[in-house]
Amino acid sequence: MSTQAQSLSPRAVTWARRRRAMARAWRDYRTQRSGMVGLVLLGLIVVLAVAAPLLIDASALSVTQATGGRMEPPSAEFWLGTDETGRSVLALTLWGTRLSLVIGLTATVAAILVGTLVGITSGHVGGWYGWIALRVSDWFMVLPSLVVAIALLAVLGRSVATTVTVIAIVSWSGTARLVRAQTLTVQARPYLERARALGAGHWHQMTRHILPNVLPLVLASATLLVPSAILMESSLAWLGLGDPNVVSWGSILNRASNNGAVSAHAWWYLLPPGLAILVVVAAFMMCGRALEAVFNPRLRGEAP
Amino acid sequence: MTSPLLSARDLGVDFGLPGGGTASAVDGVNLDVAPGEIVALAGESGCGKTTLARTLLGLERATRGSVSFGGEPLRYSTKALKAYRRSVQLILQDPTGALNPRHTIYDAVAEGLRIHGIHDDEAGRVAGALSRAGLRPAEKFFLSYPHELSGGQRQRAVIAGALVLDPSIIIADEPVASLDASVRGEILALLLRLRDEMDLGALVITHDLGLAWSIADRIAIMYLGRIVEQGPVEQVLTDPRHPYTRALVSVLPDSPLPEPIVLSGELPDAARIPGGCRFRPRCQEFASGRASAVAGRCESEDLAVLPADASRHDSACHLHPIERRAAA
Repeated sequence: MSTQAQSLSPRAVTWARRRRAMARAWRDYRTQRSGMVGLVLLGLIVVLAVAAPLLIDASALSVTQATGGRMEPPSAEFWLGTDETGRSVLALTLWGTRLSLVIGLTATVAAILVGTLVGITSGHVGGWYGWIALRVSDWFMVLPSLVVAIALLAVLGRSVATTVTVIAIVSWSGTARLVRAQTLTVQARPYLERARALGAGHWHQMTRHILPNVLPLVLASATLLVPSAILMESSLAWLGLGDPNVVSWGSILNRASNNGAVSAHAWWYLLPPGLAILVVVAAFMMCGRALEAVFNPRLRGEAP
Repeated sequence: MTSPLLSARDLGVDFGLPGGGTASAVDGVNLDVAPGEIVALAGESGCGKTTLARTLLGLERATRGSVSFGGEPLRYSTKALKAYRRSVQLILQDPTGALNPRHTIYDAVAEGLRIHGIHDDEAGRVAGALSRAGLRPAEKFFLSYPHELSGGQRQRAVIAGALVLDPSIIIADEPVASLDASVRGEILALLLRLRDEMDLGALVITHDLGLAWSIADRIAIMYLGRIVEQGPVEQVLTDPRHPYTRALVSVLPDSPLPEPIVLSGELPDAARIPGGCRFRPRCQEFASGRASAVAGRCESEDLAVLPADASRHDSACHLHPIERRAAA
């Protein structure tokens, strides 16, 4: 009877500790004003992205069902004017949010997974494997990411999946370096020596001791990776390497410049997607910096 | 005397240096630990005590010589090492660092059981280990975190984590060095009680000869990777023979030697072990000329590695056989 209560309660205690740690992190986070501004902005953007189909029907994106004229300036009917086929720029920008966020987030998740895996294993296992993993991540770090991404997309073809893959490929190395450094720090702690003396294998050491120690840092760095992934997606789409079947902010800009929006002084065609990119990137950066200050002990105390 | 359980024969451990040379942290050691016996390993910082302990635990591989457990030489395959680590446990100096701050005491103690796949009656085994280590009632400590305990309680938790696997030998690296003086006695008493109750053998690494005196049966004095004197603790500490041991003993509060001997110089680099007797550059006997009869041998002849004879009091010094003959 008592055994059952005991086997249940350690888990409850672990969860209580996690809740306490979360509450503490949240308290630290709340003291950072820019982090809170970023969080509110982000919340708004996510709500808009999720609610886009409710606000504007998907048919507004169809070239054949467009109701406006060619590059009409903003009016009561089209708040942000129309594009060269007569579609509402507001609708395009709003729907573009969905794709930009999805690509930014999935590419980040993929990059973080690869980076964490390579970082932990190279820091923990060391030896020739660690050396090779370190060199490979160095190599990816010094490659000009946009050029590599363009080359890869040219080979792999243009689609949402390849865009995500390519962005992940060019951005995992930073996370790998960060995780590796933290792994080496944790590695030197006496409790890992104790675990080894108890007979713990690599798997036990990595999952029970190292991973929980690197996760907060990974979370902070992930938040900073999202804006760069979104920027990268926009750049690629603007260069005409995006998926032609979907609307993203970059692809709107690409169409705008291809169809002479600049010479037509159609600012309403260029500004909304550009500003949207700016706002989302700024919001993620603000959140990421705040998270970093909360989770990275080296920055703690130095932050104002 | 029972036969030794853990023994090292002509053990040597070299480390490669960045410049391409090698440093011999352990350079020829014979050492035995029998069940129910506490052996102290003493020496100054950097003399290779910790490397010797890590090698005995299989955390470091011997470059030369061998470690054997229960008469069988230690094999370094993953499976053999894992089995070995059930029987030989490590206690670290700093209990605060040795416990993962994110794990409860229950998790920390149960870690060994989980690693070795012992799942029956986990809570019972953990409670048993905690109470043998003096944390009673054990259930009260299950859900505590290391930072909620005192230093002494933390070290008891670390000891419980070692006991839970029913080891036959414990290797303790400065087990009380980071604890308050008031708690040291309790932890040492605990080690003695475990020795008596469980017939546990222990190798206690320390730089504190007073501590060795109070708990150890035998003592080995280590200098620059080699054991220079060993024997039953009361013989070695009341009648030290090696000049190095004499210097260490002379500064104890109730030393049998008339005046304190202060050694000159620093411990030499393990990458550049002096030729001849390795202690010669710092030896007070050599410097004062008392060793003039054997000075040539001190300068050119390395001493033989001391045998691991449990009952004999032995020292590695050219001077000593001559002095003994003179005394007789």
